[in-house]
Amino acid sequence: MIKMKDLTDKEYLYGHKACPGCGMGIVGRLATKVLGEKTIIALPASCMSTVTTQYPQMNYSVPSMTMAFPGTGAVLSGMSAGLKSLGVKDVNVIGFAGDGGTADIGIQALSGAVERGDDFIYVCYDNEAYMNTGIQRSGMTPYGATTTTTPSGTASIGEKHFKKNMFEIMIAHRIPYAATACSSYTTDFMNKIEKAKNIKGPAYIHVMAPCPTGWGFPSELTVEIGKMIVECGLWYLAEYENGKVKMNLVPKTLKPVKDYLMAQKRFKHLKDEDIKAIEEHRDSEWELIRENWMK
Amino acid sequence: MTNQNIVSSREFLNGDEAVAYGARLCRPNVVSVYPITPQTIVVEKISEFVANNSMDCEYVHVESEHSAMAAAMGASMVGARAFTATSSQGLAYMHEMLHYVSGSRFPIVMMNANRTLAAPWNIFGDQRDSMAQRDTGWIQVYVENGQESLDMIIQAYRLAEHEGIYLPVMVNLDGFVNTHTYELVSIPSQKEVDEFLPAFASKNAVDFNNPRSYCMSASTEWNMEFRYQQHEAMMNAKKVIESVDKEFGDKFGRYHGGMVKEYKCDDAEVVLVTTGSVSGTSRLVVDSMREKGLKVGLVKLRFFRPFPVEYFKGLKSRVKAVGVIDRNLSFGYEGAVGSEVKSAMYDSCGSPKVIDFIAGIAGRDIKKKDIELMYNKLLNLSKGQKEEELQFIGMRW
Repeated sequence: MIKMKDLTDKEYLYGHKACPGCGMGIVGRLATKVLGEKTIIALPASCMSTVTTQYPQMNYSVPSMTMAFPGTGAVLSGMSAGLKSLGVKDVNVIGFAGDGGTADIGIQALSGAVERGDDFIYVCYDNEAYMNTGIQRSGMTPYGATTTTTPSGTASIGEKHFKKNMFEIMIAHRIPYAATACSSYTTDFMNKIEKAKNIKGPAYIHVMAPCPTGWGFPSELTVEIGKMIVECGLWYLAEYENGKVKMNLVPKTLKPVKDYLMAQKRFKHLKDEDIKAIEEHRDSEWELIRENWMK
Repeated sequence: MTNQNIVSSREFLNGDEAVAYGARLCRPNVVSVYPITPQTIVVEKISEFVANNSMDCEYVHVESEHSAMAAAMGASMVGARAFTATSSQGLAYMHEMLHYVSGSRFPIVMMNANRTLAAPWNIFGDQRDSMAQRDTGWIQVYVENGQESLDMIIQAYRLAEHEGIYLPVMVNLDGFVNTHTYELVSIPSQKEVDEFLPAFASKNAVDFNNPRSYCMSASTEWNMEFRYQQHEAMMNAKKVIESVDKEFGDKFGRYHGGMVKEYKCDDAEVVLVTTGSVSGTSRLVVDSMREKGLKVGLVKLRFFRPFPVEYFKGLKSRVKAVGVIDRNLSFGYEGAVGSEVKSAMYDSCGSPKVIDFIAGIAGRDIKKKDIELMYNKLLNLSKGQKEEELQFIGMRW
């Protein structure tokens, strides 16, 4: 178990250009602190690559490579195969991809890499839209959210679909280790990175990373917003290993989604009946969670 | 441990198999490939080598061509020697990755089986797939037969990994005509190839004390300089292509001509420029026309990028007319090689006399009589008769 006080003072992600209060920044920083210097990073087109690898200021002090949007899984496979062939051992190969880079354009390469069982960690930091290009909807954008390609209006509620469930898609691959996490639950997240590090074969961590710019909340509330989404049950902390899902945190009662939604500009237009629909969907998801994973 | 003690031999191989044997001799650390007709035999043969413990590599069964190149790039980034192969739609699918690989200077070698692009869908050969990748920053060589295929895979690594180059190389074989045609191929011994192509001491070898970022973003202030260096590396390759081919010739007894290979051009009045497998047939036509006293010659263009501009500048004063066989077509203008040849030969003293012949599209045979027709048209042009600059040969109408 990792404790905050044991964490190295050394920074492996430093001086990046992310927006103030960026949840993804926390994810990159803590993950590399757990993994240490023998780590190689793959970064598809995303916020993470844009804010960390602008020549000549490189912000990761471990080897990294930016690459094509759809190819994270394949690049990780190649790195892993290359190291194996060269006899380089005890190196962590990790990819950080956004939700669009994972659930939309990157899902084919990710699926292939997981199916092959190559040795890597894949972190999807989920800020629920294409934030790097200016807040366009992705397959991970939640129902009702206004984005620049699903603007709310007289004929539109905003995004019309509920999120794709990447955690369950990974479970369907019978991946050795998969987890969900949130940048506000730092110890939980770091322990999951530590577990993923020690797993032989692929590991997938889907971490919710609130985005002040895209979601529309003050930058000092990132941690608070991340807690609210878990407390109201629109996100959950879980892990899958040895064929079983374990819930890491189950709120005794789920808080109303309204407080979480209304704290963000992207949901401000929602009416009470819309909020009710979101709550009903949340409840049906939790029924499945209790039925499938908590009995 | 893998038993890769290959002794020299002569085998009856098709072009795809020759590529696989060539790749095995180069000892790539990682092979990531996806099957596509008519490249598939390469994938199968390498799988067979690995299954029989006669090739020591990590074989990554990727789920697409885009991933084939992405995986090769990942491997190259950690210092491994990577190999892949593709064709046509597959090459088109990995187009984005081609830019990434050349722009970040990964010395990956890829075989491409030249096949036409859909639509209309067709699996047979022409060179539009690779010619359309002209500006991706890959060194491109076109080979004629199985032997040249094997030899150029080996030479390709020497070029790609050369200190002053560090660029990816694409070795192009005409689909079916080369990939599926059996010939006797000399396979050098592993020892000889190891001497010619030592183990890869990559500049990209992982160094955690000196961490590097690859493929990073470069703003407007820096980006143009990176492109210039890429261009410079490509221009450097011209000399190295020649010296590596000479060294290969000295060691293995087969010099392929460097950037271009002439045939009976010394006193030729007209020459035809060819790429790939049609060169062999064209030489037979040159011989038969020479017997009739006609002064015709052949220029086999081997490298499309970098392009042998200097050679074609020199050719202008030596001949009266030049024809180009283009097994590709840039719709709305002409064939890709024709454009390059004309551009290279043009100078302030006037324009060259060139006919661009579009032929052999989607696997259509280029027959001896077609080539003879092309030479006759060139002879007409050389005598001052009018000929269309762009001509389609072997059409149904």
